[in-house]
Amino acid sequence: MADNPTLVNITVNGQQLTAPAGTLLLEACRSAHVEVPSFCYYPGLSLQAACRMCLVEIEKMPKLQTACTVVITEGMVVRTDTEQVHRARKSAIEFILTNHPLDCPVCDAGGECELQDMTFKYGAAESRFTEPKRHREEQQWSPIVYFDRPRCILCYRCVRVCGEGMDVWALGVGNRGVAASIIPNHSDHLQCEECGMCIDICPVGALTSGPYRYKTRPWEMKHVGAICTFCGDGCKTTLGIRNDQIIRGDNRDKSGINGDFLCVKGRYAFDFTQNPERLKQPLVRVDGELRPTTWSFALETVAKRFQRIKSAQGGFGVIGSTRTLNEEDYQLQKFARRVLGTNNIDHHRTADFPALATALAARTNTPGTALPLANSSSLKTAKAILLVGNDPTNQHPLLAWNIRTAYRNHKTRLYVLNSGDIKLRRQAFRMAVIPAGGEAAAIRFLNGEADSVPAELTMVGGPDPKRWPQTPPSVPQKIAEGLQDFRARLRQEQDVIIVFGAEVRGEAVRELVAFGDTLPGNTRYIALADNANSRGAADMGLYPDLLPGYRPVADAGARAHFEQLWGGTIPAEPGLNLPQMLAAAAAGKLDALYIAGANPLRLHPSAAEGLRKAFVVVQDMFLTETARQADVVLPVLCSYEKNGTLTNTCGEVQAQKRGGMFEGAKSDLAIIHELAELMGCGFGPAAEDKIFGEIRANVKGYDLSLVQLLAGRSALAAPLNETVAHRDDPELIQPNNDTLFTAGTLGRYSTTLNSVMERRLQKESK
Amino acid sequence: MSQEVKIISKRFDDPKAATLDGYLASGGFQALEKALTMAPEAIIDEVKKSNLRGRGGAGFPTGMKWSFVPKQSERPKYVLCNADESEPGTCKDRLILQYDPFSLIEGMIIAGKAIDSHQGYVFIRGEYRYLFDIMERAINEAYRAGYLGKNIRGSGLDFDLYAHSGAGAYECGEESALMESLEGKRGIPRLKPPFPAISGLYGGPTVINNMETLATVPHIIVGGGEWYANLGVPKNGGTRLFCLSGHVARPGVYELPLGVPFPRLLEVGGGVANGKKLKAVVPGGSSTPMFTAEEAMGLNMDYDSIAKAGSFLGSGGVVILDENTCMVKFALRIMQFYRHESCGWCVPCREGTNWLHLALGRFHAGGGREGDVDLLREVSENILGRTFCPLGDAAAMPTLSILKRFRQEFLDHLAGKPCSCGVSGRPALATH
Repeated sequence: MADNPTLVNITVNGQQLTAPAGTLLLEACRSAHVEVPSFCYYPGLSLQAACRMCLVEIEKMPKLQTACTVVITEGMVVRTDTEQVHRARKSAIEFILTNHPLDCPVCDAGGECELQDMTFKYGAAESRFTEPKRHREEQQWSPIVYFDRPRCILCYRCVRVCGEGMDVWALGVGNRGVAASIIPNHSDHLQCEECGMCIDICPVGALTSGPYRYKTRPWEMKHVGAICTFCGDGCKTTLGIRNDQIIRGDNRDKSGINGDFLCVKGRYAFDFTQNPERLKQPLVRVDGELRPTTWSFALETVAKRFQRIKSAQGGFGVIGSTRTLNEEDYQLQKFARRVLGTNNIDHHRTADFPALATALAARTNTPGTALPLANSSSLKTAKAILLVGNDPTNQHPLLAWNIRTAYRNHKTRLYVLNSGDIKLRRQAFRMAVIPAGGEAAAIRFLNGEADSVPAELTMVGGPDPKRWPQTPPSVPQKIAEGLQDFRARLRQEQDVIIVFGAEVRGEAVRELVAFGDTLPGNTRYIALADNANSRGAADMGLYPDLLPGYRPVADAGARAHFEQLWGGTIPAEPGLNLPQMLAAAAAGKLDALYIAGANPLRLHPSAAEGLRKAFVVVQDMFLTETARQADVVLPVLCSYEKNGTLTNTCGEVQAQKRGGMFEGAKSDLAIIHELAELMGCGFGPAAEDKIFGEIRANVKGYDLSLVQLLAGRSALAAPLNETVAHRDDPELIQPNNDTLFTAGTLGRYSTTLNSVMERRLQKESK
Repeated sequence: MSQEVKIISKRFDDPKAATLDGYLASGGFQALEKALTMAPEAIIDEVKKSNLRGRGGAGFPTGMKWSFVPKQSERPKYVLCNADESEPGTCKDRLILQYDPFSLIEGMIIAGKAIDSHQGYVFIRGEYRYLFDIMERAINEAYRAGYLGKNIRGSGLDFDLYAHSGAGAYECGEESALMESLEGKRGIPRLKPPFPAISGLYGGPTVINNMETLATVPHIIVGGGEWYANLGVPKNGGTRLFCLSGHVARPGVYELPLGVPFPRLLEVGGGVANGKKLKAVVPGGSSTPMFTAEEAMGLNMDYDSIAKAGSFLGSGGVVILDENTCMVKFALRIMQFYRHESCGWCVPCREGTNWLHLALGRFHAGGGREGDVDLLREVSENILGRTFCPLGDAAAMPTLSILKRFRQEFLDHLAGKPCSCGVSGRPALATH
């Protein structure tokens, strides 16, 4: 008997194995490196027993059994290496190949096809099937998804990942017998999120992607595990690089924090990198017109002008990016504070990280104490989750996937407080619909003792009718009862993970944390910000009043620390925030505006006129609205073309690895360093690792294991310090409200995202 | 001598029995009256005593099946009637549906009382559309007369019954595929365990029986288990409906005691048609391994005897083949059916039936090649026992038995000798 009652002993091929009770035989074998081949089995998805590749012999059972469905029992004796088992595998392959076209030479999957590998390993040397094969024409189901039925082996992985995993249910099975086929559930096309999970999970080349098909062979590419540059979740996307060009994004080794998951942006939207409109040369305004020039001329123009303004004690403003790397953000604020001598630095804020840091400031990072911060994968095993605001399905697809996974595998109770009919309601244990903007009031109610629900939360017809297509519950009494029940249930939960969107900011964040404190167990938090390095920008101090690690500019000690580190002085007064800078420029009070990777005119279009009054330098990949107003435009590399680190919205730091290259552009880091050098205030070599070393040593919570980062894993940064004195500017937080197919500038230049959008508009207008 | 024993079939000649009045006039609902006074365990005991075995194909003891249903259940329990009679050679349930639908209703209420279930469904083969209407009429009549619904005949027992039409899939005769279909999903089988008695329709404990089985129950309750058991041979209680088809003088459904010798069954059917010689016999529907004439003549028609001889009594579909039958063509015809009906879920059945059908078609058309006979056998063996549900076995078993018992006919085809059906056997011509 096993010492531990939850362990079960079995014998496989004469070898003793022990595995927890409830383990599937196939998993038990694989964990002991005993090969059990399978097509239809996929961890985390429902069991099929359809491919019959995993048949094994089990003592006392007359027939071969599918190892993917048998749960191990004490004393089970299994053989996977007998003649009978080998014959069964061989015949399963033979059957599968009868109607498989064997068009491997032109198949996208050739070289990374599970059927090829299995045939090589377990199949027969020659084919005995001489009858005509069934042929059916290839179908295009969406701008992304193509289906080639003859190659399909009907493992149903796509159907399950689409339904069970994505909760989209766009795929089904039609017909029967040898005519059976995977089909779209909606006539001839997919009504789906275009995530490409079906394509990725397909073991053969039956499902292929429009953007990649017939482009290359997998072995011609170099595969680089990069971090996606779109939303704030930080998924790993493996970039397929050929001749320094990104040919493909996929989830090849599934080693990222995203596990199996990747959405449409992570997989296909990299194509902005090769958009023909991408800037290849610096531009300088001559006679009112932006004209191409050389790098040295452009940089000298900027440096000289900055120097002149600095000497005349003119005003500077610096706007950073939410997609640039931590090292670049850190150096940018250093450049602003140390070289330009200003605290006028900000970025486009989409979450109130300082408020969370303030609310949690008293907690320590001491080892052994439970961190009040959750990482993305902790959602997958959470007992209960409270989601306030946001629509993760659209804005945080990975976190939504993790929440669905938790619900599916652990019956996690999800509490949704939202003003819209978001898709995660389907997994919600309790959902409270509140009027738009009612989040703060709802949190106050949750945290309060009063039984009466404030009238503002029960307004009839309160929810935004545009975001709530169905009839809202219109009886205030019912809404009030719903909220009371919501609160009562939630208070019984322990170890809750609280996830909140941009709707919760300032005082509401502190109220939410106060509520979290009343819950039993270790309550943890995730603040949702929109872009790939929104959190990094905040952590690195792209704030007019905060130094790196949320240390107040006003704090003499904090200033002294960085002054000593950088040499020189840092202005003691907090600077202007983003709208203030734009206003100051319009009022002629700012002489120069340095905008690195941001496009503030998208959110503030009326500021365009004002910008012309200052000397404006823009670093970007494209001629954005802002870049069009600039005096100097410097073309930059994108995240996929740089090394460094990124911090996702949960605070998970991951290494970014250079995939593609782009001739003519420079990294933001290189530009900052060259400008500093030209202004006689050199930062030393633009070496990411050196700079990250400085960050590790000087930014709270970033003293992370380098080994872990270099190995491609994530480490949770917890920039909690004693106190954060931060000015609440809730109105500065402006979420992108992106859909799955929009992503600011990058989205506009992604052919794939645009093709999906166009197709949707066509379908809608029909 | 060999005479039919009319128990289940006793109302088959009575055109009025399909109405409630006619049913009551011929002794209907007496069993229900009696069962209403019995304890559930007593009903199950009586059925166990009768040695009634499932008439659908597997021959599982009915009383035992019922006793597996847990007494306590959070979810509702269900009684299902499998009237998806689709096995080629089988045509008995349709007669019950047509002439004696109330006996099924009565049997299902009794089953409901036995397992403490209050809802039942009759899943009727899609092709039996005309019978579906008869069943619906009977159910409506039973409701009006208080034999269904709340508080049946003042007894306090509630039982609701619904008829449901399948969509024309053989696979839905497999009990778990039937439940999937009934739940509105694609008709594919489920993983087992759990078995229906624990988790069946909508996850509730479920008894699912063949229509003939359920229609037999009232007779057992009235006559007693012992009486019924004694009609047959040990462990094979009672009578059953044998469906005689093929080259027999008087094809039809005949009720005979289990254990009846095959020659007597053949005699009841008037012998081989046109005085021809018997060549082969399918003992229990097209999925069962077939016998040569010599083997068949020594058989007793009960579950255990036929199992001992290497086949199954199955659904009682006995197909008689005369000396002019081309066994290659027969194998081809069977495979055409299974290829058409394979649900496509698992690889060996989906691809194997297709392969066998194509190969047999080519072979029969004169395109046979050296090695084909062994290939057919090996492909069949690769299906056998390796599929998700028994449909794969149902396709492989008859093919293997034909290949084994009539191998010479295949070799004759290869050699271009005239085919016994007179159709094939022309000079070998490949079809493609």
